[in-house]
Amino acid sequence: MAATPPVRRKPSFGALALILLAVSWIGVVILAPLALVFVEALRKGLATYPEALADPDCQAAIALTCQVALIAVPLNACFGLAAAWCVTRFEFVGKTLILSLIDLPFSMSPVISGLVWVLVFGANGWFGPQLDRFGISLVFNVSGIVLATLLVTFPFVARELIPLMQQQGAEEEAAAVTLGAGGFDVFFRVSLPKIAWALLYGVLLCNARAMGEFGAVSVISGHVRGLTNTVPLHVEVLYNDYNFAAAFAVASLLAGLALVTLAAKSLLERRFAMEHTPHG
Amino acid sequence: MKTDSPPSRRALRWREPSVLPGFIPSFGFVVVYLSLIVLIPLAALVARPWERGIGGFLRTVTDARVVAALQLSFTSALLAALVSALMGLVTAWVLTRYDFPLRSLLDAAIDLPFALPTAVAGIALATLYGAHGWIGGRIEPLGLKIAYAPAGVFVALLIVGLPFVVRSVQPVLADFEAEAEEAALTLGAHPGQIANRVILPALAPALLSGFSLAFARAVGEYGSVIFIAGNMPMRSEIAPLLIITKLEQFDYAGAAAIGLVMLVLSFGSLLVLNRLQLALSRRGV
Amino acid sequence: MAEPVESGSDAGLRIDTIVKQYGRYPALRGVSLDVQPGEFVALLGPSGSGKTTLLRTLAGLETPDSGEVRLGGQDFLALSPRARRVGMVFQHYALFRHMTVASNIAFGLEVRPRRDRPSKAEIAERVARLLALVQLEGLGTRYPAQLSGGQRQRVALARALAIEPRLLLLDEPFGALDATVRKELRHHLRRIHDETGLTTLFVTHDQEEALDLADRVAVLREGRLLQVGAPRTLLDAPQSAFVHAFLGETNRLHGLARAGRVLIAGEPWLSPATTLADGPVALFFRFHETEIVGPDQGLAVRLFAVHRKGGNVRLEGRDARGQTVEIDRPLTEEGQYQPGQTLYVRPTVTRIYAEDPPPA
Repeated sequence: MAATPPVRRKPSFGALALILLAVSWIGVVILAPLALVFVEALRKGLATYPEALADPDCQAAIALTCQVALIAVPLNACFGLAAAWCVTRFEFVGKTLILSLIDLPFSMSPVISGLVWVLVFGANGWFGPQLDRFGISLVFNVSGIVLATLLVTFPFVARELIPLMQQQGAEEEAAAVTLGAGGFDVFFRVSLPKIAWALLYGVLLCNARAMGEFGAVSVISGHVRGLTNTVPLHVEVLYNDYNFAAAFAVASLLAGLALVTLAAKSLLERRFAMEHTPHG
Repeated sequence: MKTDSPPSRRALRWREPSVLPGFIPSFGFVVVYLSLIVLIPLAALVARPWERGIGGFLRTVTDARVVAALQLSFTSALLAALVSALMGLVTAWVLTRYDFPLRSLLDAAIDLPFALPTAVAGIALATLYGAHGWIGGRIEPLGLKIAYAPAGVFVALLIVGLPFVVRSVQPVLADFEAEAEEAALTLGAHPGQIANRVILPALAPALLSGFSLAFARAVGEYGSVIFIAGNMPMRSEIAPLLIITKLEQFDYAGAAAIGLVMLVLSFGSLLVLNRLQLALSRRGV
Repeated sequence: MAEPVESGSDAGLRIDTIVKQYGRYPALRGVSLDVQPGEFVALLGPSGSGKTTLLRTLAGLETPDSGEVRLGGQDFLALSPRARRVGMVFQHYALFRHMTVASNIAFGLEVRPRRDRPSKAEIAERVARLLALVQLEGLGTRYPAQLSGGQRQRVALARALAIEPRLLLLDEPFGALDATVRKELRHHLRRIHDETGLTTLFVTHDQEEALDLADRVAVLREGRLLQVGAPRTLLDAPQSAFVHAFLGETNRLHGLARAGRVLIAGEPWLSPATTLADGPVALFFRFHETEIVGPDQGLAVRLFAVHRKGGNVRLEGRDARGQTVEIDRPLTEEGQYQPGQTLYVRPTVTRIYAEDPPPA
């Protein structure tokens, strides 16, 4: 987080009250639901996990989720790199438009992110009937899920990189050019190493969101068990079937992914801070 | 003073052939990608609600059930964002100003809603606040019903909004010069006055921006809400759910109409909030 | 100052009427400058004068709107920045923070196309030699973040020298350093220049630095080159009020030129001859170019402060019009002056310039 350590005082009495308030707030709003996921998952013992995972529908869901993430995350990472490079290194008309489009999914309902694809490629969609003639369908199957996931998660890498690259400036790249480096050397030997940690974190976050996306995927997946259900959708199915233990067991896997992502984040941040601490 | 501004700023001013490589490929890729992934789909959202004419559009969006859902989505998002702003401010303050055990753990927990899948939060909340849950089991006997009631929507949106305010306010608080506070102290202000007249005004823009983000996210939230809300038409049904219902009835125009109204309403509110934030930060500096 | 050594450098650099505009803001309004091979030239000016833009134009980091640059007769602007072989030391050094000092210095050699690239051993050897030249032996494995500001500056210099540049450019090379390190590195840089004989241009806003270090100083203001010359020439014969004022502390009186004489209201004793046309003029005299005279033979100055400044006593006072006048006296006279006292001051050397038109 912030670079300069603020004045931290020993808590006074009023401070203790504030601390208590904040702790209970975080406790009730975030930590209690998180803890509940693991408690419910383990209510009937560890055996719930092998049982839930043995379910072919669950295995299919995990495979599908990984498949979607494997397509969406690299594409969005490429987009993030390209967008950050062109937005922070060049001045051109339309830059603000690109920046606002990158911010768009943050203020758009995930359901709308799914809906728009149905409107474009669905049976009643703009291109749906034409594609149908060639036997191609892009919704209610894997490609639809990928499209929806792309739309929801494309900003994450870009949003990590843009502020960092803006702050780093382009002088190192300019120096590399004056030293005779070509485009390839400038990018791979100078620019990329500088942003490697942020890129990695952006990819992790993008991956977590891609694997956990629910609303957008829910609209477009068609909910065919064992075929078009991702892990979050599988959780929903199990929950609605009153199979709570299995639902929470699978949910706890997703929660674990979130925790690992956050742990990696703080690790990366520490690593990053260390590399950039100037010598005393 | 342009020639002597810091190098990073100067680099951004290059419009002429920059010495750095890769503008055409990166710009080209970005434009193509954004067009395919964002612009074409959005065009569909803007174009398709009018298939049954303006009358059809108006009939859809003035339908009592739609109006109720929109009202629920927007008012609970507003309320949740307000509470998130207040509690987020307290949390950010505590995290930056005091040292206590587990502080860094608490700090890390703030980011959890960014990474936690909404469906996971959804089923956890439904269970937590349900009749037999840790919290629901204790408050339902008191006559307070949260799960399967409109209050459930509000509670679910709290988890969504929490990180935004904390993460907007925290860096400003951390960077806030101790000197300004100390100056106020030497001028004889007591801590309450310092908070009110020195710190809060400086925080206002960040607080508002965190509030806006929390609000925008909450309005469209789906996964955390549907499990706990009960989804009773006219009572606890949120607008995104209604979009899905319309789609399931193959009413594409209707679904698009609700989606478009949601988008316009949230962008409208964001625009107002942005203006306000701009005015605040201009005054601040 | 040592004569520049004629070696390791192509023939001279010729900058011809460079114009550069940022949007509607003119950064350079037609700057021309010739630099001899091996010469050490300072580009001196306040912020916004265009000195950094000029330097970056030479490096190829900015493209001028019009004008020409030739180096050894070759059209320099036609070359890509990669091909120019210009050693540039950036203001904040722009060291590659993820590379060691040695990798930083070797970078320019390692990115050469295979056929021009020296062998690994050769690169290592050249890095070692450069580390020795900038007195950083043994620090090759450090990262930039582990170095002091002065050390970083020297790494940047070594990195720029590694490519055997045809031209060495330094942007405010001492700007980010504290005063003592600054002085030391100044002489170090001069020594390196004299050893390598490279044609060198450096940008600074510090007149002392420019006068101390450079063979010639080019004074820029608002995108125009005002005057170029050896430090002594600039000090002895500044051609404009701006150059005079920028090169040292000075007093300024307003007057009128009338038929070859300068008239200053209320000071009939002071009416130096001038060749300027009739009109408002400014009369300058430096703090030490003054003498104290009897009543009514000089400017009446009522002192309000007396303090030591270097090896002198600095007297600050106001004249009858309320303008501040400062003069320097030898330390031996320290006891003779108190605030409140009135002195009569007469300039021994005056410079007269037409009043500057207001800045565009």
